[in-house]
Amino acid sequence: MNLTGHETYSRELTAWDRVLRARHPERPRTLDYARAIMDDFVELHGDRRFGDDPALIAGIAAFEGQTVAIVGHQKGRDTRENVRRNFGMPHPEGYRKAQRIFQHAAKFGFPLICFIDTPGANPNKDSEERGQANAIAENILIMADLPVPIIAVVIGEGGSGGALAIGVADRLLMLENSIYSVASPEAAASILWRDASKASEAARAMRITAPELHQMGIVDGIISEPDEGAHTDNIATLAHVRVALRAALNELRGLSTAALLQQRYAKYRAIGSYQEAAVHQLEPVAAHQNGHAANTNA
Amino acid sequence: MQDFFRLTRKTFSAEFRSDPQIPDNMWIKCPACSEIVYVRELEDNHKVCPKCGYHHRISSQEWLFLFDPASFEEHDSDLLPNDPLNFVSLDVSYGEKLKQTQEKLGMNEAVLSGVGTIEGLPLALAICDFGFMGASMGSVYGEKMARAAERAAEHGMPLLTINRSGGARMQEGLISLMQMAKISVALTRLAAVHQPHISLLIDPCYGGVTASYASVADVIIAEPGASIGFAGKRVIEQTIREKLPPEFQTAEFMLEHGMIDMVIPRGELRGTLSRMLRLYAPSRVA
Ligand SMILES: [Zn+2]
Repeated sequence: MNLTGHETYSRELTAWDRVLRARHPERPRTLDYARAIMDDFVELHGDRRFGDDPALIAGIAAFEGQTVAIVGHQKGRDTRENVRRNFGMPHPEGYRKAQRIFQHAAKFGFPLICFIDTPGANPNKDSEERGQANAIAENILIMADLPVPIIAVVIGEGGSGGALAIGVADRLLMLENSIYSVASPEAAASILWRDASKASEAARAMRITAPELHQMGIVDGIISEPDEGAHTDNIATLAHVRVALRAALNELRGLSTAALLQQRYAKYRAIGSYQEAAVHQLEPVAAHQNGHAANTNA
Repeated sequence: MQDFFRLTRKTFSAEFRSDPQIPDNMWIKCPACSEIVYVRELEDNHKVCPKCGYHHRISSQEWLFLFDPASFEEHDSDLLPNDPLNFVSLDVSYGEKLKQTQEKLGMNEAVLSGVGTIEGLPLALAICDFGFMGASMGSVYGEKMARAAERAAEHGMPLLTINRSGGARMQEGLISLMQMAKISVALTRLAAVHQPHISLLIDPCYGGVTASYASVADVIIAEPGASIGFAGKRVIEQTIREKLPPEFQTAEFMLEHGMIDMVIPRGELRGTLSRMLRLYAPSRVA
């Protein structure tokens, strides 16, 4: 699936080039999308339990004549804003604010649009005490059968469980130079290479780029960026995302809730790469290969 | 290799019994209290130190003591991991590492799953074995957990997961992260038939496992002293640049912060589980 009509991606970029682009401070952020390609964005605050987390924003807006619910990680543009927003790394109250909006979307029948842009969930003492693992786990479980269309777009960094906590979706899209990984390249390098400076090697080995994840069937579509990256032309990037969101919403609009949830179930249920030795079967087949992360788009 | 697969497909005796080969005078020094403990005594006590209550790690096979004797039937033992990314780090390929681990441990992957009974009440089970690459969650882990949840839903029985894990299987890249979502969608089937998921957290339990199905069970039990958390202690200490207190991220800490329902010593687990199974299945017991 190619949502913006561009047939070629800049394939000569290394994984590390894309990591740098994905983290570029001039890329459009969640609030830019909410304000520029939506109308009447109203930000909603707080998890009603502990506080309001500036690292994750939530709200409602009009998109293409329809009210949608929006959730997204929010990084800052400069050091001061990044400190305030904790570099887009939510605490549990951020994820619980998202959960509130998920349920809000279900209650009012609003499609849910999620913008993923985080190095990961915040790892500190407060987060552990307030149940970071539980907050992420609850979001994933709720999204698994939330009865409204869910579209998630990785606009920058998709950092592990902190990304997936707003990322279980009927359509998962990635901007061309965004990344999505199970662990940051630096963390993976320090664990598997015992050397954090091997981050570029880890980035390549883990297959974290949009074209690779699309090929693996985990990502449903790639949204192209301007030639030198989203940071060089925010307006064009915003426009590409608007077109992609409209197309994805139109695809999902006609589905009944039952069909939507059935597709979501089948999509996630099929992700995995394993063999099943045939010892239980009558035919003397040694083993058969299941496809890599096979889903309907693989 | 076929014979190897076959070896793992059998019905295990669930009786927890000391190995008759162990001489009565064989002893070890308990790593927690430094007291001398006779191995036979330790084995008879489900490897809980009789002097200080320290819970030694036990294998997935040993966990079957929870079940009625010979009631456990293994499923999906023939699922084998792939190396979907052709992942290589420090000149070791993931495929090679898998093969070595399988041969060394005589098991195909980190999860053992199946069905059995506790005091006659049926339940589906999935247990993680930390020995297999730190029970990291890859495709087979996710698939076995998802199938266990679906099997429980299909047969209308509760699901018990015994969880310990270092987190995601990084060598499978984003596929491993997506197992969190895969298991979660499967659990919606169990919820739809109103059967409980009981999650037992044992030492250590971190990362993608605690950040998905294990932390949203209907009932969450932990073993005394188990380390449980989202981020590893070392990662947090590096982030906040201070030492964390020893009680941080223990089962008792989780209980105090409202994250789990109870902390139950290993010797009392079977009794607790059978009581719970009866309560969730009132129509099945006269
Ligand atoms: Zn002891």
